[in-house]
Amino acid sequence: MAARLVIARDLKLAFRRPEQLLHPLAFFVLVTTLFPLSVGPESSILRTLAPGALWVAALLAALLALDFLFRDDAQDGTLEQYALSGQSLTWLLLGKTAAHWLLTGVPLSVMAPLMGYTLGVPGRASVGIILTVALGSLALSFIGSIGAALTLGARRGGMLLAILILPLAAPILIFGSKATELAIRGETYVAPMELLGAIVVLSFTLAPLAAAAAVRISLE
Amino acid sequence: MTWTWFHRLGSPPHVYRLAGRLTPWFAWSAGLLIVAGLFGGLVLAPPDYQQGNGFRIIYVHAPTAWLSLMVYTWMGMAAAVGLIWRIKVAHAVAAACAPVGASFTAVALATGSLFGKPMWGTWWVWTPRLTSELLLLFLYLGYMGLRASFDDTQRADRASAVLAVVGIVNVPIVHYSVVWWNDLHQASSITLTGKDTIATSMLVPLLVSLLGFSLYFGAVLLVRLRAEILRRERAAAWIREALA
Repeated sequence: MAARLVIARDLKLAFRRPEQLLHPLAFFVLVTTLFPLSVGPESSILRTLAPGALWVAALLAALLALDFLFRDDAQDGTLEQYALSGQSLTWLLLGKTAAHWLLTGVPLSVMAPLMGYTLGVPGRASVGIILTVALGSLALSFIGSIGAALTLGARRGGMLLAILILPLAAPILIFGSKATELAIRGETYVAPMELLGAIVVLSFTLAPLAAAAAVRISLE
Repeated sequence: MTWTWFHRLGSPPHVYRLAGRLTPWFAWSAGLLIVAGLFGGLVLAPPDYQQGNGFRIIYVHAPTAWLSLMVYTWMGMAAAVGLIWRIKVAHAVAAACAPVGASFTAVALATGSLFGKPMWGTWWVWTPRLTSELLLLFLYLGYMGLRASFDDTQRADRASAVLAVVGIVNVPIVHYSVVWWNDLHQASSITLTGKDTIATSMLVPLLVSLLGFSLYFGAVLLVRLRAEILRRERAAAWIREALA
């Protein structure tokens, strides 16, 4: 219940300050644009690169967005109030992370097939790309919430967050880009999706606990 | 049976003195075993029928690669103990583990690359095992980076402990990557269950070397632990007595 209120509050705040919603998308589009600029406009090469390019760009965009996940709320004392509220901090952070995914992961997954199309990916792969990026970014939001909470009290948080989270996010990238590649080739992508789903379940159940512990440490 | 010896492990002055007494034992036995293992491996063991003398790098590569994972497990367990029971010495152990583990990982990557050039014809290939070992190196570096970014030792301890416990998920992924994605890297030659796929004359020096490197880790850990305790307890009265 409290988690649902947190989701509603975070969504409302984000829609009042839409740059939080738009910046990751703009970053994603720009990074994907860098691939044709750097390897050349040859469509056969771009099509081979497409799953990797989309995933690396989506991963970096989601990672940059993670930096805002707790920072504003930590600065204005909201997180402290959450911790003192008597509600389970784990559930509240689960709500915050879910809201963060709705605000970054879902828009990114909708944008991904469009950018894929510019890289020569056929339109029939769109559903597959949306599903894989949505699932992968959900896992990344949960795993990333640990890093975002840990770097709250740290100096130079943003860069450190990337170094902490990217090694842990490697399996998401591996299975996610594999699923996207299969979807683009028009094959069944159930197997890597199931592995992604397993990562989501694991991170969904454990990451909020670790993030709550990390937030408590940062409030000490 | 009394557990006082165990409870005393939570006391910095006791651990400081104990580590000082144990260091020479670990260091000397490590030195002897490493020399014996390397002599056995580099001189006594026969050349491999397929890889010639090139295989001999495993007497350094396998122990360091094994320890890179082992040290991470130690670090994660020490961090968990420190986080759960709030034992300062456990955090000091975890802090002392990280640079040693990172060095073992770097040596394992470097020796593996030296082996890869003549055997596979390339210094580096993006196989799961190499990649996950590289990621392990970054986990160590991230851990040390997180620790370094806090001014307050206690907060650094607890925040990095959470990261170490979370990162321990990666250790089984590295270890079982050979089983999951059978690739260019040869499968493990030594298993606890089943038949080893390595000749006894090659195996014995490897095990001796492995034990030697593990004891070497113990010695380095104890020295680092003493330094770490000194740094943390620099304001305490017992330090002046201990150093006097």
